[in-house]
Amino acid sequence: MDIRSQVSMVFHLDKCIGCHTCSIACKNVWTDRKGAEYMWWNNVETKPGTGYPAKWENQEEYRGGWEKKGKGIELKGAGRYRGLKNIFHNPSLPVLDDYYEPWTYRYEDLFNAPEGEDQPTARTISLVTGEPMEVNAGPNWDDDLSGSPEYARKDPNLDVLNETQREAMFQVERLMMFYLPRICNHCLNPSCVASCPSGAIYKRGEDGVVLINQDKCRAWRMCVTACPYKKTYYNWNTGKSEKCVLCYPRLETGQAPACMHSCVGRIRYLGVTLYDADLIQEVASCDEEDIINKQREMILDPFDPKVIEAARANGIHDSVIESAQRSPVYKFVKQWKMALPLHAEYRTLPMLFYVPPLLPVMGSLTGDTYQHAMEQFFLGVEEMRVPIKYLASLFSVGNEGVIRDVLKKMMAIRFYRRAVSAKDFSMDEAYKMLKEVALDEESANAIYRLTSIAPFDERFVIPPMHREEAIELLRATETTKGDAGFGHREAPERI
Amino acid sequence: MLDFILFATLPYVVIAIELIVSIKRYFSNQYKFSSLSSEFLESKKLFWGSVPWHYGIIVVLLGHIFAFLFPAEILAWNQQPVRLIVLEVSALIFGLLAFIGLVMLIYRRATNARVRAVTTRMDIFVLLLLLVQVVSGIGIAVTMRWGSSWYAVAMVPYLKSLLTLSPNINFMAGMPWLVKLHVTNAFVLIGILPFTRLVHFLILPISYIWRPYQLIVWNYERRKIRNLEKKF
Repeated sequence: MDIRSQVSMVFHLDKCIGCHTCSIACKNVWTDRKGAEYMWWNNVETKPGTGYPAKWENQEEYRGGWEKKGKGIELKGAGRYRGLKNIFHNPSLPVLDDYYEPWTYRYEDLFNAPEGEDQPTARTISLVTGEPMEVNAGPNWDDDLSGSPEYARKDPNLDVLNETQREAMFQVERLMMFYLPRICNHCLNPSCVASCPSGAIYKRGEDGVVLINQDKCRAWRMCVTACPYKKTYYNWNTGKSEKCVLCYPRLETGQAPACMHSCVGRIRYLGVTLYDADLIQEVASCDEEDIINKQREMILDPFDPKVIEAARANGIHDSVIESAQRSPVYKFVKQWKMALPLHAEYRTLPMLFYVPPLLPVMGSLTGDTYQHAMEQFFLGVEEMRVPIKYLASLFSVGNEGVIRDVLKKMMAIRFYRRAVSAKDFSMDEAYKMLKEVALDEESANAIYRLTSIAPFDERFVIPPMHREEAIELLRATETTKGDAGFGHREAPERI
Repeated sequence: MLDFILFATLPYVVIAIELIVSIKRYFSNQYKFSSLSSEFLESKKLFWGSVPWHYGIIVVLLGHIFAFLFPAEILAWNQQPVRLIVLEVSALIFGLLAFIGLVMLIYRRATNARVRAVTTRMDIFVLLLLLVQVVSGIGIAVTMRWGSSWYAVAMVPYLKSLLTLSPNINFMAGMPWLVKLHVTNAFVLIGILPFTRLVHFLILPISYIWRPYQLIVWNYERRKIRNLEKKF
């Protein structure tokens, strides 16, 4: 058993209001630079929809992730053979137009235009060429366009539905949508790391954050192809790839990442999970229907004395084990089995988990009234507006049972809490529902608390990074005393 | 005098520049080492430029190096006319491939607005030097038969004399101007290499073939630092 710790995330989609505050927080901190304007390390897309970059889930075109090959796995569109063969021209590389051409406006025209009959306008200017341009795509161009032929109907996940189901989804009365915020998944079996010919991408041992060494990146661009989530981006100006760094400078100082800290709906949770690194290869190459369960099994119980002992033997600090025990991610993913990875079939073992949305799914029109309470609670889940198959294609590798279980749990808790606080629902019925989804009252209340009213430090259990110990390995602490002040790339010495 | 400067002084100057600058940069600021790919901005034309260019120029370059290392074998091979023709024709094909690719790359860089946005003056200079190099090479191959043989006889001893630090410019002095241009231009290319996007030539990702796919980097050795028996 080789126990490692991983900072992982849960996004609760039932609470996402699609406000893009996370995207803006991230953009302002990290990607407001030349060459990075088009990058959204954090983006929010409307589902069903094509997403950003357009149709990123279509791996026949983009060839991201791993595919099964014999007993093991191999990169689908990169790797030793394909990557080096295609190094002069990578046929699966998304180009700028698959994202969008970034633009600004020539604001100074508003002040400098000579006096005339017409109002001066600020023309749209490309941030790449500086020339005037027509804007016809943007990072959230499919926002709320759930019924549109151009976006919603081209969602690659709709392929799992038959013609009737698909048409039913787009009837005006049944239209539904939900938001899918995405950042780098900081995978356990990252395909970007595996695809990098120069070895510039690596996973940090202590917390599992996946980073690109900007000094070692040589613009071979294989990571962009290899990441099935398209969360590595090529900076066309610097000739280096970039990706979400999970705000590691913030994490190291005990702060939540910018996107999570700013989240208005409080949908985001962050915490440490302990996992067995010896199992990575096995889980990543298992049969498709087992991936969800096996990945969950990989995550270890931080209360188990054996796990604690093995973690200590592996040098994991008690404070990290303690924060793993308080981790909201552990609770949602392993204890309550409510959070699921996005597209686990790409076999990268993503460590960002989603609680699938219940709300848009349950709503119905009765006469003129919109309601989302059902006479027959669980029957409701079966009759949802969005086919469970669609959600299963996103979150459970096609297994509808897994999704149904989660939604029923959410439903049962909702009715239970209604019985407790509004008292317009029979307590006996609520208990019956809880029993059916195998939840006790304590867990139901814990889920309710973490979902609805948890304060900051319950949603973000950030482990101490212990950099103070790291520095002691390199040099005596008293010699670092004079180091405060400006940062330098090279030592600030005189010639 | 000019011959002495071009063929006995210049090679040492450019190799010194090349080595000192690229080694210093590699160890102080690797950030500048990048192939600066523009495929993200324009992909279709790049295919018709980059692929023929790279395959063509790599084979031609390897051919130069091979003949430098094994001149006797080349001469032996060339003794039969059929084999000589096969060698010369295939070398010419790869040279033409490189030429076509290069012309496509220049055309792409000149006409695509997005690619122009990331084009520096140095990029244009490099492309022109490469064009001179490829055109003069093809010119030599076509007009001065048979290059593979006289390269082994006349050029290899000259290059070897450079390597042994006793430059013998007599080999170069009698050469036609086209050959002189080709050789001089090659030296210039070596000299400017560390200042241009050509540096990607020095950092081929060979270790990718044997390194494990996954890379884990530890800031410190956890087991060592938290070994409870050993106080540090």
